[in-house]
Amino acid sequence: MIINHPLLGPRDSEEFVYLGSADLINRPTNWESEEAAEDFYQYLYIRENIAGDNRELWYHEQGDQSWLVVTRCTLTHEIKSVELAQDVSRAQGRSK
Amino acid sequence: MSQINRIDGGLIDQTKSVSFTFNGQILRGYEGDTLASALLANNKHLVGRSFKYHRPRGIVTAGSEEPNAIMEIGHGAYKEPNTRATITQLYNGLEANSQNHRGPLGFDFMAITDFFSPFLSAGFYYKTFMWPKAFWEKFYEPAIRHSAGLGKLSMLEDPDTYDKGFRYCDILIIGAGASGLSAALTAAESGARVILADEDFIMGGRLNSETNEINGMSGSEWAKQAVAKLSAMDNVTLMADTTIFGAYDHGIYGAIENRADEARADSNKPRQVNWRIYTKRTILCAGATERAIAFGNNDRPGIMMASAVRTYLNRFAVATGQSVSVYTNNDDGWQTAKDLTDKGVKVVAVIDSRSIDPVMAIEGAEIFMGTDVTDTKGRRAIKSITLSNGKTINTDTLAVSGGWNPNLHLTCHHRGIPKWNEELATFLPDSSVPVGMSVAGRAKGTMVLADAIVEGHNEGSSVAADLGFKTGDSKPATTASVAYNVSAKWGVPSGKNRAWVDYQNDVTAKDIKLANQEGFKSVEHVKRYTTLGMATDQGKTANVLAIGIMADNMDKSIEDTGTTIFRPPYNPVAMGAFAGRRRGMEFYPTRYTPSHKWSAEQNAIFVEVGMWYRSQWFPQPGETFWRDSVDREVRQTRESVGICDVTTLGKIDIKGADVSEFLNRLYVNAFAKVPVGKTRYGLMLREDGIAMDDGTTARLGENHFVMTTTTANAVSVYRHMQFCHQCLWPDLDVHMISVTEQYAQYAVAGPNSRKLLQKIVDAEHDISNEAFPYMGAGEISICGGIPARLFRISFSGELAYEIAVPTRYGDSLIRVLMEAGEEFNAIPYGTEALGAMRIEKGHAAGPELNGQTSAYDLGMGGMVSGKKDFIGYTLGLREGMQRDDRMQMVGFKPVNKGALLDAGHSMAGAHLVNLRDKPDTFTDQGWISSSIYSPIFGHYIGLGYIKGGHSRKGETVRAVDLVRGQDIEVEICSPHFYDPEGECLRV
Repeated sequence: MIINHPLLGPRDSEEFVYLGSADLINRPTNWESEEAAEDFYQYLYIRENIAGDNRELWYHEQGDQSWLVVTRCTLTHEIKSVELAQDVSRAQGRSK
Repeated sequence: MSQINRIDGGLIDQTKSVSFTFNGQILRGYEGDTLASALLANNKHLVGRSFKYHRPRGIVTAGSEEPNAIMEIGHGAYKEPNTRATITQLYNGLEANSQNHRGPLGFDFMAITDFFSPFLSAGFYYKTFMWPKAFWEKFYEPAIRHSAGLGKLSMLEDPDTYDKGFRYCDILIIGAGASGLSAALTAAESGARVILADEDFIMGGRLNSETNEINGMSGSEWAKQAVAKLSAMDNVTLMADTTIFGAYDHGIYGAIENRADEARADSNKPRQVNWRIYTKRTILCAGATERAIAFGNNDRPGIMMASAVRTYLNRFAVATGQSVSVYTNNDDGWQTAKDLTDKGVKVVAVIDSRSIDPVMAIEGAEIFMGTDVTDTKGRRAIKSITLSNGKTINTDTLAVSGGWNPNLHLTCHHRGIPKWNEELATFLPDSSVPVGMSVAGRAKGTMVLADAIVEGHNEGSSVAADLGFKTGDSKPATTASVAYNVSAKWGVPSGKNRAWVDYQNDVTAKDIKLANQEGFKSVEHVKRYTTLGMATDQGKTANVLAIGIMADNMDKSIEDTGTTIFRPPYNPVAMGAFAGRRRGMEFYPTRYTPSHKWSAEQNAIFVEVGMWYRSQWFPQPGETFWRDSVDREVRQTRESVGICDVTTLGKIDIKGADVSEFLNRLYVNAFAKVPVGKTRYGLMLREDGIAMDDGTTARLGENHFVMTTTTANAVSVYRHMQFCHQCLWPDLDVHMISVTEQYAQYAVAGPNSRKLLQKIVDAEHDISNEAFPYMGAGEISICGGIPARLFRISFSGELAYEIAVPTRYGDSLIRVLMEAGEEFNAIPYGTEALGAMRIEKGHAAGPELNGQTSAYDLGMGGMVSGKKDFIGYTLGLREGMQRDDRMQMVGFKPVNKGALLDAGHSMAGAHLVNLRDKPDTFTDQGWISSSIYSPIFGHYIGLGYIKGGHSRKGETVRAVDLVRGQDIEVEICSPHFYDPEGECLRV
């Protein structure tokens, strides 16, 4: 597969390490609340098994070490978009 | 008599004789021959024995689809089994041997299996050899494995070299036949970067085997001129003898280039190159493969594909027989008869299963329309055929054509399903080809040569235009239009005679029928039950035929019967080609520590740790056993001072205003307030609360930290930190970089470590106990200005330091340290002594951090902060993570101190059971994870996990090692055997 890195252009997927769903960005912040256990359980373990466009995290380990959010169709392997995870995280309201 | 079947002409050089051997007999061929054509020139039709029944078999095809003529080529370590003679280019000195027979090829002792064939039908191994049960393993299976089979491996290391390569192009054209060359000409004319690949060692495809005229010259001459024109163009890469074996995602193709010639001349050159070709678009012009017809005894040597007979005749100047007959269901078969008579070879009969008018007149041949071949005779070579009209005809070659199947395999590599075409009686590529691929010529079902040329020509220019290249105005080559009519013919009713479908795996029409009768209806099930299409030829001549037979058996349409799925590789690929140069020591990079050279000078024993080579121990004169050295290294370190290279630990340099907050969220314990000049031990969890890694982190400045990780987790911890920063907290001011390889680091441990270091640390840096206490850290200089980092941390439990210098000083530093340590009898110690001392001290390491243990299990529950969020905090609080009956880490010591002293091994791996329990899965209480002989205590000690261990200290249990037959009583104790109060650390 070829991943079109937003900074470096098309790179072979061999250079990357795959982690999993981009939902892993949405780590709960309510560690002190009563719902924390349930929310963290949902965050870590519960995943949609998507047949279609899946947003997933890839790490450019043999490259610039950026984490990317890759939108990939699990049926065809077509890659629809590639974003820097840092940008996605910020766009989702995460900061410090 | 030499080459009695050779005639004049052909695309070989009859002035250049080449000598080779077949089963020890010296034979001759010509340059340009394949092994198969040279064998046929010498009238060697019988070239092997079949897989199951040991039937005599001959050459059937002239291409990579060959099911029968597979041989062992070469000898000794160079021997390669299962090589197809039909695609092996002949060279001087080639040694070929036939496979799968005992005794001479002509009289195979195992041919007796043919008489047992009623017991060897489809799925026989599920049925016949089931009784008595114990016989399977001891008798039946070895016997079957011995008798059925392919070539034998040399069992020696492959001495050949393989390589990998990468190529890039705008347009990849697969197949250099008439349509592929036409496509390449127009694509290349546009200026696009073109790669043209063909599996044959001469480009031209079927044009080299046929007598068609193109543009007023012979087809092969036209192909030669086209190739010459293309090879002169800078934007074209020609890859002959290269098989595209797989279509992968995003326009990436796998290709195997055969460079055997070059490799034979120079053993450092690769025999095969595994190319990865990155393409924007691909045009598949792979042509078509002729299929057989299943009739009685259709597997005798001398029964060949009609197209192969033409190839041997026209390209290799070999007449495969003196009285040839042709059996066909389509017009193309007649061309074989015509070419043979044109070259003066006697054709005795043309048999066409269709009830139509003869396609053409064949001089001197009997013509039978609406007739089939039902049986053949001749044990080692065909002698006669029997027709459905009862007539018997004497013949020495039977050319069979069951029609052509497009080579659409690559179109299916992304799960495309081919669709049936009734008119052509074959499957054609569906529209669901891999993204970027288009198909032209016979591969697409365009069977008429004139049309295929136009199609290739147009496809080449339209694909180039799609990519934005300006196409030229050249015209396609012209040739006479010859019609191709076919009428499906699968199996011929053959009475008691067996009709082979898959030659290589010995699958007959009856086997397929039996499978269907037994309830196997799906093609996929029939394939696996009968093994049809599962041999090294992947059923290239058999699959479509089998589907037709199944459809007939089940009275279903072919569409409803379906096809199996084509997957890479298209042809077998040597494992060596996937490994490339990554063999032996080149499997992955070898990493040496900075002290490697010095350690080698000391005759250190090395051990691979991850990708690193580390010193395991340093034998001294008189030490004959590893423990002699290790025990000495431990004792001397604890008594005076020892030095160990710990460069392999992961080192991560972290800078930024928010680093202390960042670390606070990574570690279970508090890091927010670590003062500058201090080091702190930290434990990291995964988000699920399981221990991930541990190490120390030092604060070198307000905004500057340096972290160490375990050797094994250096990469994954760094990746985790990048994830936490980039994905979870993107605005934290944190910058990090791995400096594992930038710093050489040594542990200097033992009561005299400070005295030793004071000799080399520059005077302005005070490292006295008061100025540089336990857990101190700082940037210093040594030896008159060399920058260094010093950490007062201890893995051994002694007064100890770790000193780091830029890697280029690593070799000097070990030499300087050893010289300065001479007065203290300083010794180097290796990973064994390091491990022994950490177990004595009770530090958890790899065997303890096994992916199942929480901070509480490790006895570090007290370290876990409840006042902050950190990775693993919330899920680590789950009830199940903190239960008291979990496996908890404790120490173990034998009740009888002399236990195992003579056994030659430690307690590691033993399982723990209560005193009166029988050791089994149900009574299992835990295990010993690390154990060594402690030279300090004089007996074995161990770390391990036992249910509820923290509250069982003092209890006696048994450590049972069923594998090594040991069963000893051990006492559960604190893991901190040595200096539990940590007094040594602080002196």
